[in-house]
Amino acid sequence: MPDTTVYQEVEGKGADYYALVGWLAVFAASGLGASFYMEHYGHVVTSMTNGIVWGTPHVFAVFLIVAASGVLNVSSISSVFSRAHYKPMARLSAVTAVALLAGGLMVLLLDLGRPDRLIVAMTYYNFKSIFAWNIFLYTGFFVIVLVYLWMMMEKRWMHHSKKAGLLAFVWRLSLTTGTGSIFGFLVARPGYDAAIMAPMFIAMSFAFGLAIFIILVSVIYKATGRPLGDLILFKMRNLLGTFVAAACYFSVVQHLTNLYAAEHMGVESFILWNGGIYTFLFWVVQIGVGTLFPLAMLFNPATGRTCQGINIASMAVIAGGFAQLYVIIIGGQAFPLQLFPGMEVSSSFFDGQVHAYAPSLPELVLGFSGIATAMLIVAVAVKYLPLLPTSLSDANIRTNRSLEHEADKTVD
Amino acid sequence: MTEQKTIDTAKRAFMKAGASAAAIAIAPGVSLYSIGAHAATGPASSAKRWGMLVDANTDEGVWDIAVEACKKEQGWGGGNNPATDPQWIRKVSIKDPKTGAKASLPVMCQHCDSPPCVDVCPTGASMKRADGIVLVDKHICIGCRYCMMACPYSCRSFVHEPVSGQKPHMPRGKGTVESCTMCVHRVDKGQNPACVDAVNATGSQAMMFGDLNDPNSDISRAVSKFVTQRIRTDLGVEPSVHYRGI
Repeated sequence: MPDTTVYQEVEGKGADYYALVGWLAVFAASGLGASFYMEHYGHVVTSMTNGIVWGTPHVFAVFLIVAASGVLNVSSISSVFSRAHYKPMARLSAVTAVALLAGGLMVLLLDLGRPDRLIVAMTYYNFKSIFAWNIFLYTGFFVIVLVYLWMMMEKRWMHHSKKAGLLAFVWRLSLTTGTGSIFGFLVARPGYDAAIMAPMFIAMSFAFGLAIFIILVSVIYKATGRPLGDLILFKMRNLLGTFVAAACYFSVVQHLTNLYAAEHMGVESFILWNGGIYTFLFWVVQIGVGTLFPLAMLFNPATGRTCQGINIASMAVIAGGFAQLYVIIIGGQAFPLQLFPGMEVSSSFFDGQVHAYAPSLPELVLGFSGIATAMLIVAVAVKYLPLLPTSLSDANIRTNRSLEHEADKTVD
Repeated sequence: MTEQKTIDTAKRAFMKAGASAAAIAIAPGVSLYSIGAHAATGPASSAKRWGMLVDANTDEGVWDIAVEACKKEQGWGGGNNPATDPQWIRKVSIKDPKTGAKASLPVMCQHCDSPPCVDVCPTGASMKRADGIVLVDKHICIGCRYCMMACPYSCRSFVHEPVSGQKPHMPRGKGTVESCTMCVHRVDKGQNPACVDAVNATGSQAMMFGDLNDPNSDISRAVSKFVTQRIRTDLGVEPSVHYRGI
C-alpha cells in the first residue's frame, strides 16, 4: 500500500522557532565550553575521582545512546512489524534516533581525558574490547538509519524501505546489547557483571525512546498547530505502558538474581536498603516516579486519555530512566570493590569505603548540552526536511484494519 | 631478445652492487640502533614471567618505604587531592571482623596473565608485554577510563591535573591512565623494581622480585616452598603478585 501521507516541513520562521534554536545552540555550545574547561584544568574540576571513574556525563551519554535506539522503534514497528498507523511518524523517529545518538556520543567524546585523540580511537582497535565494537555499532547505526530514512523519503527507493528497516532494527538491537554489555562484561564489579544487562538495556531503550518521542510529537504538533488525534496518541500510550513494565521486569529479575547469590548481598543491600542517595533514587525515582506513577497515569482513564496526562507520564519515565542509569553507573562504582571479601579493608585510596560523589556543574552542563544538541538537530531537520505529516488526526491515521477494509471495498 | 637479456643482467648486477654498498654504509647504524633498543636483558620474552612475592608477616612500616620509593622513582605523589591524586602503589590494611586478626600489605598493579584492563581497552593502549608486565601506552590512551572500571584491584589512576617533575624514563600526561609498571625501565636493565630494592635496603626480606618461569630463581623456590595467596584468584585473571600471611 503506497504511503499517501502528506509530509511537509515546519515553517520555522517565527520568533519562537528562532528563540528555541538559539537557546539550544547556546546550551550545545556551553557543553563545548565545559569540555574545554575540563580539558584545560584536568578532570580535577569535576566530581569524578579515581573511585567514581565515570560520572554524570556518562549517565547522560548512556541515556541518550540507549534512547536513540529506542526511539527508532516507532519506525521499526511500521516497517518491520507492518503496523500502518506508525508509518507517518517513521521519518521523525529515524531523524530523532540519529540526533539522540549524536548528542550522546558528543558527551561521551568530550568527557574523554584526551578528546583530541579521537583520531586514535578511530584508527587503533582492540577487537576484544566491547568499546571498540561499539565504535562500529555507533557509526554503523548512523549510516544504516540515514540510508533507511533516505529510502523512506525517496519514492524510487521506497519499496526497499522495509528491508532497510529490518537491518536498522537488527542493528539497533545489537547496539543496545553492546551498550548494556559495557557494564555486563565488567567481571570485577559486583554491581555489574550480569548478562541480564544487555536485554535490560534493550527494554529500557524501548521505554525511554518512546517517552521522548511522545513528548517530541506532542510539542511539535502543538507548536505548529497541526492536528494530533487521540488514536495515535493512545496507541503510543499503550505501547509505553508495556515497555515501562518490561523495563521494570528486567530490573526486578536483576536484583532478585543478585539477592539469591550470597556474594552479591553487599551491593544489593547497598542499592536497595542503606545506600543513601542511590537507595532513594532506586525506590522513589526509578520505581515510584519512573515506573508505578506513569503506569497508573497511563492506564487510569481519567489521565490516560488526555494528551497532558500521557506527556506527564512520559516525563516521569524519562526522570526514572535517568535515576536508573545513575544508580547503575554511579551506584555501581560507589560500592567499593571487594579485594578481600569478608574482611574489613582500609587504605589511602579509599579501599573498603563507599566512594563519595555529587554531580559538578561542568559535568551537568556537558550532559545537558548533549540533550540540547540532539534537540537542535531535530529542530533544524524538521524545518528543512519533509519529516512530519501535515496531520496526525484520527481521520488521517490508517490502521491495518482500515487498510484491510479499504482493500475489501476495492475488491467489491 | 638476446640483447634485452644482456641489458637486464647488467642492470641486475648494478642493482646488486648498489644494494651491497648501501647495506655496508647503513649496517653500522642498524647495529648501533639495535643494540640501543635492546635492553641488557634482551627483548621482552614469554620465556620469562616477572612476578613478586610479598610477605605480609612483617613490620608494616616497610610498606610506607616501598610507597615512597615508588613515588621518588616514578615521579608521582605530592598532590593535595586524595580522591584524584594518582597512587601507583598503596598500603592496604585488612582485618578479619570475626577473629580480629590484622595484616597490612602493599597493593599495586598485579600484572595479571589475563588482564581485564587489556581486554577492555578500545585502542590497545593497555597492553601486556611478552614477559607479563602490564603497561599503558600513553601515546594512544584516549582517557576513556574503561580499564579503571575493569581493574579488579583499583590499581589504576587517572591523571586529573597537569603533572610536573616527570622522570625521563616515565613520561606522564594529564588525561591519561597510569599504574605500576613494575619499574620496567629498571627490569630491562637487570635491576629490581624500586620498591623491592628500597625494602631490601632496610634489611627486610618482605618483597622479592624475579622470574616465576625460572624454577631456580629465588622467587620460584620461595613460591614452591611456602603457601602463598594471590588477591581475587576466583576471577581467574592470574595475577603475578603473590602474598604470604594474608
